[in-house]
Amino acid sequence: MSKDLTDLKVQKEVLIEGNPTFETITDNVSRVVEKKPGKIWYILFTISGSLTLMLFGILAFLFWEGTGIWGLNNPVGWGWAIVNFVWWVGIGHAGTLISAILFLLRQRWRTSINRFAEAMTIFAVICALLFPAIHVGRIWVIYWVFPIPNQMGMWPNFRSPLLWDTFAVSTYFTCSLLFWYVGLIPDLATLRDRATDKIKKIMYGIFSLGWRGGNKQWKHYELAYLVLAGISTPLVLSVHSIVSTDFATSLIPGWHTTIFPPYFVAGAIFSGFAMVMTLSLIARKAFDLEHVFTPKVLERMNIIMLLTGTMVGYAYSMEFFIAWYSGSEVERFAFINRAFGPYAWAYWIMISCNVISPQLFWFKKLRNSIPVMFIVSIVINIGMWFERFVIVVTLSRDYLPSSWDYYSPTIFDIGIYIGSFGLFFTLFLLFLRYLPMVAMSEVKGVLPEADPHHGGGH
Amino acid sequence: MAKKMNVIIAEFESSGSLLHAAEKMNAEGYKNYDCHSPFPIHGMDQAMGLKRSPLGYIIGFMGASGMLGMIALTYYTNIYGYPMVVSGKPLFSWQAFVPVIFAITILMSAFGAFFGMLALNKLPRLFHPLFFSQNFGKFSDGGFFVSVESDDPKYDEEKVKSFLSSIGGKNVEVVKD
Repeated sequence: MSKDLTDLKVQKEVLIEGNPTFETITDNVSRVVEKKPGKIWYILFTISGSLTLMLFGILAFLFWEGTGIWGLNNPVGWGWAIVNFVWWVGIGHAGTLISAILFLLRQRWRTSINRFAEAMTIFAVICALLFPAIHVGRIWVIYWVFPIPNQMGMWPNFRSPLLWDTFAVSTYFTCSLLFWYVGLIPDLATLRDRATDKIKKIMYGIFSLGWRGGNKQWKHYELAYLVLAGISTPLVLSVHSIVSTDFATSLIPGWHTTIFPPYFVAGAIFSGFAMVMTLSLIARKAFDLEHVFTPKVLERMNIIMLLTGTMVGYAYSMEFFIAWYSGSEVERFAFINRAFGPYAWAYWIMISCNVISPQLFWFKKLRNSIPVMFIVSIVINIGMWFERFVIVVTLSRDYLPSSWDYYSPTIFDIGIYIGSFGLFFTLFLLFLRYLPMVAMSEVKGVLPEADPHHGGGH
Repeated sequence: MAKKMNVIIAEFESSGSLLHAAEKMNAEGYKNYDCHSPFPIHGMDQAMGLKRSPLGYIIGFMGASGMLGMIALTYYTNIYGYPMVVSGKPLFSWQAFVPVIFAITILMSAFGAFFGMLALNKLPRLFHPLFFSQNFGKFSDGGFFVSVESDDPKYDEEKVKSFLSSIGGKNVEVVKD
């Protein structure tokens, strides 16, 4: 009964604008992949490809020389590598939220952005996984983090949050990839059936696995999709909670707090939505997909950013309150030092980007303005990077004043971070070039004529 | 190699007419037929008289074995493989192992869902007689088709063709393997 009611509500709302038919949806989405990309694509691909090559170059030097090329010093043993790791993995969370949680809640407006957001998740997690891997220093023994029987007779320490991270993030990556691929199968079949040249036909043919769209296949497919959505849902909460335990289980003042897991998850969704927003605003402009990424979808994403941004702001103030309320001197010092110490500049960048800027979305006019949301979405991601930076550089003033030091990155830290953008955008551009960026079969499924009872069929 | 199989396909206008066609095919007693559409159609399983997908059991089994396997691994490594006392806690302090056990449970369930779905759908199957049809490719765009395979117990080329036309099928076509 209640399901019927939600269906009714959805019917009233126009999810995809411009009254498209199934054929126009196929056309609009597929032609992006089928035609030769414009000059812009080649320019962007050259830039991001060169940055990726730069990344590989720096990584080679890093493996040769060791992590001494970074700006790490004695109190700050975790530098940009961890900041970037947490930042990238956080960005990934919006994709899973959109594809899994909103799917289970039957928020059908998600269909236009889910493919896109899931791709972003996968590429962001690839960038994220890079950083802990290179941070181990001796990458050639990275297999020690996996429980593989070895000649030393040693096993990994399953009590360590860093090991939880390995398991959580690699599971997250695998599940996201499978989920994404399952969603892609029917659309790859569409591209296969439309392909005119032989190589494309063979490649899309192989990757669509021989999909025939029969209901006997849809039956298993739909259940698999539902279950993958279901099991990805706890991952949205668990992965970043586990990432936060990297900090929270230590005894560092400013890190050792129970608020970390929920606060990290809210921050992850916040920054992830900002990234989806940035990318989809570019894509809808570049590929004329304004009727698919409708203003309504964008507005809802802004509301989610307002919500999670405010939650993050609440967490910042609660941290301060608890630092005072706990009566712990070192805890109090850690927080006063954050706001007024040598890194106060980073702290106030964080506050103004993360807490103040999303408040603009209280105004209907501003949250419907494309330039405003574009700028705010970028500002938010800058702010979220600084949030993790502020947390990590708390290390610079620990219990013992004699060991205090100021941390600053070297050119290699910066190069690897910029290079990870190169990797991300290279993958993203390849995705836009070769795969349908909107889930066609799902979008067709939410059109009014997809309903078998549409138009008085019964 | 599997023996040659012919398929008869007929095109329908909309998801609604495909649903009706499915009901009639089911009532007529066909078994090896399928209804192809660009997206899953609500209510089609009932119309075709299909049972629930058994995929849930596969996923449940895979998830449970992932969980038990990981409990066994953490137990073995902490009790026998590399026992290490940390802060005087018991060797098998299971609370600390929950995150990894949880992660592997999820991972194995995901594998169950993905590979189970492919196995039940008999995919990947890159070749199928349906792909010989020029018209059938529309199923992934906006076309709706019923296909009847020649291993159906009621298969009779002429009868199936006329039945498909009688229930509103257009462009009836016999696809030979």
